[in-house]
Amino acid sequence: MSSGIEALVNREYAYGFVTDVETDTVPPGLNEDIIRTISAKKNEPEFMLEWRLKAYRRWLTMKEPHWGNVRYPAIDYNSLVYYSAPKSVKPLQSLDEVDPELLRTYEKLGISLNEQKMLSGVAVDAIFDSVSVGTTMRTELSKHGIIFCSFGEAVQNHPELVEKYLGTVVPHSDNFFAALNAAVFSDGSFAYVPKGVKCPMELSTYFRINSKNTGQFERTLIIADEGASVSYLEGCTAPKRDENQLHAAVVELIALDNATVKYSTVQNWYAGDAQGKGGIYNFVTKRGKAAGVNSKISWTQVETGSAITWKYPSVILQGDNSVGEFYSVAVVNRKQQADTGTKMIHIGKNTKSTIVSKGISAGEGNNSYRGLVRVLPKAENARNYTQCDSMLIGNKCGAHTFPYIEVQNNTATLEHEASTSKIGEDQIFYCKQRGVSAEHAVSMIVSGFCREVFKELPMEFAVEAQQLLGITLEGSVG
Amino acid sequence: MLEINDLHAGIGDREILRGITLRVKAGEIHAVMGPNGSGKSTLAQVLAGNPSYEVTRGTVSYNGQNLLEMAPEVRAQNGVFLAFQYPVEIPGVSNAYFLRSAYNEIRKANGQEEVDPLEFLDLVEEKLKLVDMDESLLSRSVNHGFSGGEKKRNEIFQMAVLSPRLAILDETDSGLDIDALRIVAEGVNKLRSPENATIVVTHYQRLLNYIVPDYVHVLANGRIVKSGGKELALELEEKGYDWLQEAGAGAVA
Ligand SMILES: Nc1ncnc2c1ncn2[C@@H]1O[C@H](COP(=O)(O)OP(=O)(O)OP(=O)(O)O)[C@@H](O)[C@H]1O
Ligand SMILES: [Mg+2]
Repeated sequence: MSSGIEALVNREYAYGFVTDVETDTVPPGLNEDIIRTISAKKNEPEFMLEWRLKAYRRWLTMKEPHWGNVRYPAIDYNSLVYYSAPKSVKPLQSLDEVDPELLRTYEKLGISLNEQKMLSGVAVDAIFDSVSVGTTMRTELSKHGIIFCSFGEAVQNHPELVEKYLGTVVPHSDNFFAALNAAVFSDGSFAYVPKGVKCPMELSTYFRINSKNTGQFERTLIIADEGASVSYLEGCTAPKRDENQLHAAVVELIALDNATVKYSTVQNWYAGDAQGKGGIYNFVTKRGKAAGVNSKISWTQVETGSAITWKYPSVILQGDNSVGEFYSVAVVNRKQQADTGTKMIHIGKNTKSTIVSKGISAGEGNNSYRGLVRVLPKAENARNYTQCDSMLIGNKCGAHTFPYIEVQNNTATLEHEASTSKIGEDQIFYCKQRGVSAEHAVSMIVSGFCREVFKELPMEFAVEAQQLLGITLEGSVG
Repeated sequence: MLEINDLHAGIGDREILRGITLRVKAGEIHAVMGPNGSGKSTLAQVLAGNPSYEVTRGTVSYNGQNLLEMAPEVRAQNGVFLAFQYPVEIPGVSNAYFLRSAYNEIRKANGQEEVDPLEFLDLVEEKLKLVDMDESLLSRSVNHGFSGGEKKRNEIFQMAVLSPRLAILDETDSGLDIDALRIVAEGVNKLRSPENATIVVTHYQRLLNYIVPDYVHVLANGRIVKSGGKELALELEEKGYDWLQEAGAGAVA
C-alpha cells in the first residue's frame, strides 16, 4: 500500500510558480504611518482610517496566541510587507486589459476568469495578491440589486453598508490576528444581497498569494438581507515559496431574518516541501452571524494546503430558529499541521447546529479538531449534532480531537459521535485485487470517508476539489 | 494456466502453507476443501498477492508469467479474480463507482478504451440479472451494511462484470440460502468457458452438486493431502477429515 500513499502524499506542488508582475509595495514593518499610507493609497474615508488605527493600537497590546496544537518559529511582524498591489491597476472593462502575465498565471492554475466560468454562471472576482483586478458578471448581478465587488470598491461606492456592518461579527479587537487584519487589510471581497433576493449564481473568488514576503490580509464581508440567500465560493492556490508566508484573513457573514449564507472553501496553499520548509501559515478568523429569525449560515471547507492551518469558521446563532452548519475536510501530510474546527454559539430559541468534521492525517502530519458548542441561558431547545471522524494513513501522523461543550440551558439536546480509523490495508488490497491502482484506491477510500462533506460542496467546486485534492469525488454512477 | 510448485508462505515466523503443488488448466474447475485453519484462504490470498503474507519458497506461474512478481492490481488486470471469504467494506464509495473504476482500469491496462457511465450501466444491468441481485445495492457503499449473503452475491456480481480468466472463490457458498446458492452456482457455470478456470474453496459438498468440479483437493496443515475426482467430496462428506489429517500429520513427521 505504501507506494500509492507515498505518491499521493509526496506529489510535488503543481502550482509552485511565481508571476513576474511589477508591484507597488510599502517598506517592510508596521507602524501608524504605514497604516496611514495604506489607507491613503486606497483613498479611504475617515471612518476606515480611524477603525484601522483603533485596531492597530489594540493589536499592540495583544499577544500572539499559542493555544493551538501547532508549532512554528516566531513570526517577525516588523519584517513583513503590509501592502502590495499589482502596479497597473486601473478599472478594467474587459480581459484584454488585464496584464497578460496574470492571465497566464490563472491559466496555469486552471482558473478561468473568462468565458468558461461566465458561461457556467459563476461570477469571478479574482484577487491577485491584495487588489482585485477583475470582476465579471457584475451587470447581471446588479440587475438584481446585488453588490459584488472588491472590498476597496465597496468602501468607495457603498461606504454606508461597510460602516454599518464592518466588524459587527468579528470586532477589531477580537483576537491577535483579527486585530492585525483590521489594521492593515488591503482588500478582499464584498457582497450584499438585498431583501428577498435569491442570488442567481454562485459568487466566487480566487485568492492567490504571490509577492515575496507579503503578508496576505484579506477581508471579506457578506451580507444577506431579510429573505435573501447567497452561496459564496472561495478557492485558493499559491505559488511555491521558500519562506513561510503569513495569511491572516477575516471573513464576516451576516444573515438577517429568513436569510441564508452558504460559504464554501477549497484551500490548497503551498504546504512546504518534503522537509517541512516553506509553506503558508494560514491563521484565519471566519465567523457568521445568523442574526435574524430563521436565518442560516453554512460553512463547508476542504483544507488540503498550507504548512499550518489554524481556523475555526464559527456561527453565532442569535435569531430564534436559526441554523448553523459546519462541514469540514482537513487533510495533512508531510509535516503539515492543522488545528481547525468550529464554534457554535446558541443564543436564540430553537437554534440548531450541525458539525461534521473529517480529518485525514498522512505522512508526519498532525491534525486536530477543536470545537466548541456553547448554549447560552436563553437558548431554549437548542440542538447540536457533532460528528468528528479521523482517518490515519501510515503511523507517523497524528489525529487529535478537542471537543468543548458549555451548556447553560437544560433544554438543550447535544449529540456527539467520534471515530478514529486507520486506512485499511485490507481495503486497499481489496481495491487492488479488483485491478484498481494503489493511488486511486487511496483517493477512493479517502473521498468515500469524506463523502458527507463533499456532497455539501456546490458542483463547480466539487470539480475543483477533485483536481486540487487529487482525490476522486464521491463516487456514484447514474 | 496456473502452476503452483512447492509453495511455502506464512505470516511473520509462522508458516501456513507448507509446500503446495497444484496445476490448473484452462477450462477446469478445481475444488479445494479442508478443515478450518488448514490454509485455504491463505492460498487464495497468496495467489491474489495479499502483501500480508510472505512467500518463503516455491514458484507460481500464471500463463507462463511469474505470478509472484506481479503486483496485486497487475494480477487482477491479467484476469485473476478473488471472491473474498470476508468481503471488505468501503464506506462512502458507491458499489457502482467502485466496480466501474475497476472495470476501466482493467480495460486500460489491456489497451482497451474506458467505458462511460451509461455504457457501463447497460453491462451492469445484464449482470445483475445473472446473479439476481437487487439494483439498489449498486448505489450503496461497497459492502457497507450488506447482509452476509448480499456480500457474497456482490462478489459474484463483480466477478460476472469483470469476467476473469482465473476465478478463485473463497467460501462464496457460506452464508448463502439455498436459492442464492443455486443462483450463484448458475452464475459461475455461465461464466465457465474453455479459456477460463475456477478454483472453488468450500466446506460443503452441496455446492459441488451445482458447480461440478473436475478435481477435488483436500488441504490439511498447509499441504494438499489428497486429490481426486468429484467423488472425493462425497467421501469427505461421509467420513470427515480426520482420516486425512492424520495422514497429513504423518507426512510432516
Ligand atoms: N493474518 C493472519 N495473522 C495470523 N494468523 C493468520 C493470518 N491469516 C491466517 N492465519 C492463520 O493461518 C491458518 C490458516 O488460515 P486460513 O484462513 O488460511 O484457513 P482456512 O483454511 O481458510 O480456514 P477456514 O475454513 O476457517 O476459512 C490459521 O491458523 C490462521 O489462524
Ligand atoms: Mg478461509
